[in-house]
Amino acid sequence: MERILSLQDVRFTYTPDDPDGRHAVDGVSFDMHAGEWIAVVGHNGSGKSTLARLMIGLLFPQEGTVGLFGDTLTEDNLWEKRSQMGMVFQNPDNQFVGATVQDDVAFALENNGIPFEEMTLRVQNALKQVKMDTFLDHEPQHLSGGQKQRVAIAGALALRPRLLILDEATSMLDPQGREEVIRVILDLREKTGLSVISITHDLEEALLADRVVVMNGGRKFAEGTPQEVFLKGEALTELGLDLPFAMRLSALLGEQGIGTEPGTMTERKLVEQLWTLRSNR
Amino acid sequence: MMEKMVFGRYIPGDSFVHRLDPRSKLIFVFIFIAAVFLANNTVSYALLLAFTLLSILASKVRIGFLIGGLKPVMFLIAFTFLLHIFFTKEGDLLFQLGFLKIYEEGLRQGIYISIRFLVLVLMTSLLTLTTSPISITDGLEVLLNPLKKVKFPVHELALMMSISLRFIPTLMDETDKILKAQLARGSDISSGTMKERIQAVVPLLVPLFVSAFKRAEDLAVAMEVRGYRGGEGRTRYRQLKWDWRDTTALLILLAVIVALWFLRG
Repeated sequence: MERILSLQDVRFTYTPDDPDGRHAVDGVSFDMHAGEWIAVVGHNGSGKSTLARLMIGLLFPQEGTVGLFGDTLTEDNLWEKRSQMGMVFQNPDNQFVGATVQDDVAFALENNGIPFEEMTLRVQNALKQVKMDTFLDHEPQHLSGGQKQRVAIAGALALRPRLLILDEATSMLDPQGREEVIRVILDLREKTGLSVISITHDLEEALLADRVVVMNGGRKFAEGTPQEVFLKGEALTELGLDLPFAMRLSALLGEQGIGTEPGTMTERKLVEQLWTLRSNR
Repeated sequence: MMEKMVFGRYIPGDSFVHRLDPRSKLIFVFIFIAAVFLANNTVSYALLLAFTLLSILASKVRIGFLIGGLKPVMFLIAFTFLLHIFFTKEGDLLFQLGFLKIYEEGLRQGIYISIRFLVLVLMTSLLTLTTSPISITDGLEVLLNPLKKVKFPVHELALMMSISLRFIPTLMDETDKILKAQLARGSDISSGTMKERIQAVVPLLVPLFVSAFKRAEDLAVAMEVRGYRGGEGRTRYRQLKWDWRDTTALLILLAVIVALWFLRG
């Protein structure tokens, strides 16, 4: 499978002149294949947002390399690489450039010199993909946070990116908005096989990924499928991360002598185990 | 307070005037402003006034609404009217009360100047009432485009304008939030001496500035990620279309100017 992102021993510090300065990202390596969904989780200050900025060339590492779609990211190929990726940030208001929904979606297309006729098609299409196609002329102040984030995703999709980076895109949303955004991402993955990196501290969201990278103090603490990673249980809570609700519940049930399978992560699986608990005996 | 302001507000609609291209409306208003100074007698002023009223009718903006919103300007008009009445001392004496003398020429000049003022304000209000701020920005960008040759940053200016317009409601919300937060902490900006009130505004402005800068930084990063590199090689999503309406509007204006030219004394 094609490798679309490859970090090799990336080191970055915000204070390069200070020899004792802490590295925000300290020797991180991982690869990503086309079509994968990788969740990068970690506590505040774990370096996960810096990592996202390194991936899209907002920052360049002092050591190590960032490879994108087979080439090393440099100042020269920066814009060409960027035109193949999209990024959605945390604050829904602060990334809305256009006056209306359709202007905002078209912004990246205008920047890349896409002709007008094609732009209208792409804007329509992208908005349809996030189910916001009836909001063409809405102004940002009349949209909810979840709707604004969906517009931001559409703005990225309009460029037909090969990689979508979500930098805490759901962390400022209410539960309903978060649900909307996650459903859109799941839907996109199913229909287009888009590669997604989501930077998050929400472990429920991380559960949906194919692979989870846990960051701590600028280093990679763990990497693996959600099942593998969350089995570390205690170690993750020590890093200040919350375990998924079902896991915590199943641990507490265990203390009460109600044994469930270790590694039960979703509510549905837990419920299934609980209602079949008696009938098995 | 904000509801009554007419100046700078936009009322969506579907009239002849609404559907005009922002470029033609801008050109129209600029030429009209110059043409107003052609009028110098009763017939020509009457023509100006009639033409303005016709334009308002064509825009389907309610006249009552327009007049109601112009009250602050009315004060200015009344003031200049009175100035002219009392200080122009030419022509026949019409009326005298003690030291107050009103002359014919004073009355005439007062009325002319008031009409001139009124017509200017009505026409420019009509422009902003029937054109969304973003369209005005688009129109200005295209009209100012020739200035690029002398290195005038037309695209940057237009982008700045449209981003400011886009963030006005966001920052208003924010101000409201900060105001409430400070009220909850016991700050009071509605009473006290002038000095105390001004001092009470400081804790409102500082957080607002801090957050505005934070927003600006976030926005700059988001724009960069989305491939923004300045105006070079950019295409436009908002297309302006010049059709028969625009040509008609400018031709009508031309006819009015010609008529003014012949009617002036």
